[in-house]
Amino acid sequence: MKEVVVLSGKGGTGKTCIVGCFAALADSKVLVDCDVDAADLHLLLNPLIQENHEFRSGQVAVIDDQRCTKCGLCQELCRFEAIKDSQVDPIACEGCALCFHICPDEAITMEERLSGQWFISDTKYGPLVHARLAIAQENSGKLVALVRQQARQIAERDGLDYIISDGPPGIGCPVISSLSGANVALLVAEPTLSGIHDLERVLAVCRCFGVPALACINKYDLNEDNTHHIEDFCRRENIEVVSKLPFDNTVTEALAKHLPVVEYPESGVAQGIRELWHSVYNLLTQAN
Amino acid sequence: MIISVASGKGGTGKTLVATSLALSLKERGRVQLLDCDVEEPNAHILLKPAFVGSEAVFIPVPKIDESKCTYCGECARICAYHAIAVVPRHVLTFPELCHGCGACSYLCPEKAILEEGRQTGIVEWGHSDGVEFVHGKLSVGEAMPSPVIRKVKEHANGGGIVIIDVPPGTSCPVVEAVRGSDFCLLVTEPTPFGLNDLVLAVGTVRELGIPCGVVLNRAGVGDNKVERYCHDENLTILLTIPLDVEIARLYSRGVTLVEGLPAWKMAFVRLFDRIGDIANERSGSAKR
Ligand code: SF4
Ligand code: SF4
Repeated sequence: MKEVVVLSGKGGTGKTCIVGCFAALADSKVLVDCDVDAADLHLLLNPLIQENHEFRSGQVAVIDDQRCTKCGLCQELCRFEAIKDSQVDPIACEGCALCFHICPDEAITMEERLSGQWFISDTKYGPLVHARLAIAQENSGKLVALVRQQARQIAERDGLDYIISDGPPGIGCPVISSLSGANVALLVAEPTLSGIHDLERVLAVCRCFGVPALACINKYDLNEDNTHHIEDFCRRENIEVVSKLPFDNTVTEALAKHLPVVEYPESGVAQGIRELWHSVYNLLTQAN
Repeated sequence: MIISVASGKGGTGKTLVATSLALSLKERGRVQLLDCDVEEPNAHILLKPAFVGSEAVFIPVPKIDESKCTYCGECARICAYHAIAVVPRHVLTFPELCHGCGACSYLCPEKAILEEGRQTGIVEWGHSDGVEFVHGKLSVGEAMPSPVIRKVKEHANGGGIVIIDVPPGTSCPVVEAVRGSDFCLLVTEPTPFGLNDLVLAVGTVRELGIPCGVVLNRAGVGDNKVERYCHDENLTILLTIPLDVEIARLYSRGVTLVEGLPAWKMAFVRLFDRIGDIANERSGSAKR
């Protein structure tokens, strides 16, 4: 079983649209949306939820008014400024439990946090594992690890060959969690100055975790000079640019209808994405 | 006046709005732009600030004084993040997992735990064309952006206009960046992705009790469901920026909207005034 994760450094580069297309093009795969913070893949795949689970992770401090003598020690010691006037701000609380351990009146308990939900769904294109992190929660890295693990189990159970994963934005915890142990990372970049900068940073993370990377330039015709810069950069870094996709309004049209753009096979961009999948597929079969 | 500029999903034009807003307000007083998207900071690419100072960001991690340690194992039991393990006659620490809460050093019965700084990022500051500029960069391979974001925000000037470029998503780094703002601008686009992520972002900002309004970017593509949602939710669309290849090209070259197309400046000044009205109205009604 092989896993490709599609990443972009920053969001909005067309990552999810590409994953949606791969879903339509690939055989024998399970799909997983690792962008648990602002999941979007379901909008293209119209899933029917089969299983719905709670994601509980981390803890939050709760102060019992009855017991609390307002000594103020917890407020003084909490490094996350999560306690004011003997009240815990659950959003600021990191769940470290320091206050719980030191409260002289034993007025503080630690409670489990409901941090989100995760789902196993059926789609027209195959099974999808996705999740929703509850608002203002942390531990998205853990939720990413969990959905990937579920996807892996499904692939094993059903004898599927590939896991196609829509990665989260950024370079922090959830990205690290989506990358570790993947076979190939496809990096989608836009030919903007910030796109180049983001590509450099996300590539560094791939290197850090030893995941081989491929690049794809989306909307390459938006700024051909920058496209050349990206190509030069990738050549220097020994990263293959497997595809350059044109700017195409069909993408937005398809999106408005909640369809992956390859469902419009005539469009130029659909042609490009088919070739892109082909390259990724070849690499995946060779990857170890 | 602190205005944060956020969006559920990346790539909607958050940085474009934040930079042009900052540049348009110079005549209104001291203006500062804080780029809190520390995983993929981009605002400096548009503003090209001259940096004058920098500061490393450290989080305090435990350092065990084995001459005092009795290997009682208390610290390993206390640490909520499994960042310490005690094996026979040795204490292992996992600094990448440590949140720097200080519980272990405070609670060690032998006072055998000291703290040392571990660098997780850097904050840099300078100025650009009359705007004070601060940003943070999370070191590659690091998982926790929040301490870097907190450091950037410590540089906020009191009293002037502060514009915060917020990381994408809805989880803890977003909350860290937005917290304490007087107003939050949510940048979105009229597509199903844009709408989905706007709904999540509105949830987050409302949870924090911060008034918000919407900037609709790339208007003209997609559908009118975002407008309908805003109307139903009583959210004001404060600025509409059309889908325009010229605007996209400027951004790709790292040119801000108000520099490239100066006619936009008035629109951003008006945006600021409308934000001021809404924020005042709210604090007025809150007092009553
Ligand atoms: S658990 Fe930690 S972060 Fe939460 S309130 Fe207590 S001391 Fe503060
Ligand atoms: S400082 Fe807190 S998180 Fe770090 S090792 Fe000590 S108890 Fe664990």
